[in-house]
Amino acid sequence: MTPGDEAPAAPKDAWPDIEEGPRPNAQSYWVGLGLAILLTIASFAVAATHGVWAPSVPVLLAVVAIAQMGVHLVFFLHVSSSPDSTNTILALAFGIFVVALVVFGTMIIMENLDAQAVSMEELMRMQR
Amino acid sequence: MTDAGIGSLTVPVAAGIPISERGPASTRTVVSFGFWLFLLSDIVIFSALFAAYAVLSKQTAGGPAGAQLFDLRHVFLETFCLLISSFTCGLCLLAVERRAATRIYAWSIVTLLLGASFVSLEVSEFADMIVHGAGPTRSAFLSAFFALVGTHGMHVTAGLCWLAIMMLQVATLGLRPMVVRRFWCFSLFWHALDLVWIGVFTIVYLGARA
Repeated sequence: MTPGDEAPAAPKDAWPDIEEGPRPNAQSYWVGLGLAILLTIASFAVAATHGVWAPSVPVLLAVVAIAQMGVHLVFFLHVSSSPDSTNTILALAFGIFVVALVVFGTMIIMENLDAQAVSMEELMRMQR
Repeated sequence: MTDAGIGSLTVPVAAGIPISERGPASTRTVVSFGFWLFLLSDIVIFSALFAAYAVLSKQTAGGPAGAQLFDLRHVFLETFCLLISSFTCGLCLLAVERRAATRIYAWSIVTLLLGASFVSLEVSEFADMIVHGAGPTRSAFLSAFFALVGTHGMHVTAGLCWLAIMMLQVATLGLRPMVVRRFWCFSLFWHALDLVWIGVFTIVYLGARA
């Protein structure tokens, strides 16, 4: 606990910068911005032009999006391999697990239901 | 970059001491971890909306499909507004670390303007779609689209209100550790929204073309 936490009415700049924790870093923002711009332009170029073999476009888009999310996590959200980030990374891993479970679980179940469902026309024919 | 505490991710005080002997973590570490958990739960909400969109994206009920509705130049502009605002938000946080009040206000206002232009671009896109008969009631695809993109837009709007409040707090409370921590949380929130937007523009807008 910092001593400054308890001082309600001290003047500006009166709190020494001694709190431990993650720190922002100018260089990481510049690198992150450069990489993010490159990857954004790449994904729009892949989708808008026909320069890439069409069946490979969805896979390429997914790869570029995952790479850009990685860039944001490392350079903007300061997720690193330092011991300070251990809990952050564990929580992130659990978050990714839940997201994958929800998204792919829903897609598999709904696809399966859709494949087994009787279409409206067939249902009408059966009632006749 | 003369201050060693700003250049590296950890403060030199902690360096050299084993993590087991450092005692309880600082308030800053605990607060940012707690906020990180909130962000992950927020992302789980978005994952449910993404799942709904993925299931319903082909159910157009005879209405317009994504490829006819979406203007990629419009989306490209929105994406860049949000990406640059994420960057200026980072520069604002650096100014907070250096206790440079003028630069905090300057970068906050730039972030605010870029975020506001993102929201206004999105609102104009929605209005245009609704006027042309492609509102959320037209088809299951459009319901899922408006729910997903609208939720993201509402998060960005809430972030803009938060940033405005942070500027007021810097003016009235000063840069006490509590305000600095809130700025840190705001920057995490803003970057996380940009992270979700990567998913939105890839799956919703570019996916409709692929």
